[in-house]
Amino acid sequence: MQRYIVMRVGQSIIALLILSMIIFALGRFSGDPIILLLPQEATIETELALRAHYGLDQPWPIQYWKFVTNAVQFDFGDSIKSKRPVMDLIGPKVMNSLRLGLAGMVITLIIGIPLGVLAAVKRDTFFDGGAKLIAILGQSLPQFWVGIMLIQLFTIQLDLLPAAGTGGISHYAMPAFTLGWWVAAAVMRLLRSSMLDALDGEYIKMARIKGLPEYKIVWKHTFKNALIPVLTFAGTYLATFITGAILVETVFAWPGLGRLVYDSIIWRDFPVLQTLVLMIAVVVITVNLAVDIAYAYIDPRIRYD
Amino acid sequence: MATTTTTLARRPALRERSRQAAESLRRAPLIPMVIIFIVVFTAVFAPLLTPHSTTQPSLADRLTPPVWQEGGTWEHPLGTDALGRDLATRLMYGGRVSMMVAIFTLAIGGGIGTAIGLVSGYFGGRIDAVFMRSADSTLAFPIILFAILLVVAVGPNITNVVIAIALVLWARYARVIRGEVLALRERDFIARARVSGCSHMRIVLFHLFPNTVNTLLVLLTLQVGWVIIVEASLSFLGAGIPPPTPAWGSMVSNGREYVDTAWWVSAIPGIAIMLTVVAFNLFGDWLRDTLDPKLRQV
Repeated sequence: MQRYIVMRVGQSIIALLILSMIIFALGRFSGDPIILLLPQEATIETELALRAHYGLDQPWPIQYWKFVTNAVQFDFGDSIKSKRPVMDLIGPKVMNSLRLGLAGMVITLIIGIPLGVLAAVKRDTFFDGGAKLIAILGQSLPQFWVGIMLIQLFTIQLDLLPAAGTGGISHYAMPAFTLGWWVAAAVMRLLRSSMLDALDGEYIKMARIKGLPEYKIVWKHTFKNALIPVLTFAGTYLATFITGAILVETVFAWPGLGRLVYDSIIWRDFPVLQTLVLMIAVVVITVNLAVDIAYAYIDPRIRYD
Repeated sequence: MATTTTTLARRPALRERSRQAAESLRRAPLIPMVIIFIVVFTAVFAPLLTPHSTTQPSLADRLTPPVWQEGGTWEHPLGTDALGRDLATRLMYGGRVSMMVAIFTLAIGGGIGTAIGLVSGYFGGRIDAVFMRSADSTLAFPIILFAILLVVAVGPNITNVVIAIALVLWARYARVIRGEVLALRERDFIARARVSGCSHMRIVLFHLFPNTVNTLLVLLTLQVGWVIIVEASLSFLGAGIPPPTPAWGSMVSNGREYVDTAWWVSAIPGIAIMLTVVAFNLFGDWLRDTLDPKLRQV
């Protein structure tokens, strides 16, 4: 067990190191920052002095080391567009994104779990067909387009919901739905098939023979076991959520990190973007690590040989 | 006499097989196949099918509605965008971009992934561990971010979009093909090939690879839709195909400002994306049921 955790933590650190190297290398490709900083009439001496000031005259490994040590201290340099430290831009938006993400997850659970269970229990009925349709659409509709069509319907035609920004609960309705539906489709499909597998189990037959009520068989005996394969994909769902958040926040002008990703694409603001990618990577890698370790506790068969 | 018995014995088997083939053809998804045909046909022959230019603005015609709506004309059957460019024309050329991105990313990503999967599954051991951990890390990372980073660093163009998507795509192929190879490796014909002195290279290329082709075909078809959505998302965010080249994602984005006055500008390209992706997914499902029923895709 301990050996497994140590190995897994080691792998996560290696993954993060490789990623930071890729980001650093891409940063060098993205253009020479000195050119952006220098005034037009600058002499070669000022350029060299500025280069020395930012440490850009040093060899790459030393520059990379500086990049890493600064990053550990939350110093990611200044934004190209606003000339302010990157962390000042990111800080206030974290909570907005977390709130939207949480609302999206609630929607995912509300749609995904009951429909997944229903589709399995009422297999090959109208419910199963409906759930399948929702899943197919969820995987085929481009999220950003769904957002725009919802605005068209609920803001422009019906004038019920606000199209952009944050505020009361009505502001959450469309973005959270758009965000949550995609993952709900995936959760539902997986839950349906793992419920069907679990319903075939011998212990379910036993429970039926014992005369347990159907709701107990479904929720207590089947659902609990069927949930395990779904939880395995928690890391993948998180990745889908983050991708979705970028698109959804862009469509609904939500002042969060996803919108900041979009702004930094438009302004080619590499320092902001690299910081966001690095932060998200840390979150993703940590969550995956936590899921794997929790899993190893639940299932003692998972070990490194 | 012997020949007669064999032909007699064979006949029902042959009939059975052709019956099965006919049965699976009968269940072929006709509508999705028609949609795929239309998309591919219009993408290939776009220059012959439309008199309009994809990029030339024509401000007199700006925001013309589709033909079935008041004010629409047959000149622009699906209407025009804010610069007066014909939407149907841009849709066809946009399909061209989507198909090109799909073909190249699947060829590159699928090729690399298959090669890694074959090597990883056949040799096992440390190589396998390293490749599979990398594949898992790639799959768990929000790939769109990586693509955005690459595109912002080196500039948006079709080559970078293809590279970015392919860099992510390989992982799923590597995983699935490796799984196949792990099972195939233990089979008798591989042991026999080894005994008869085949090199590793020969075993992998001529004995293992042909047996994974069905799985590969199914996976490729099922991923066309995914690639189209990723490319459209990137183009929507301004990190994909740069304007004025028409791409479905950036066409949806162009229409955002006019969503209250001209619904068709973003609705129509979105419908095109949806229909194409649904069509490829349903076609892929059918292909899976026909060629490789064991394969489960999550």
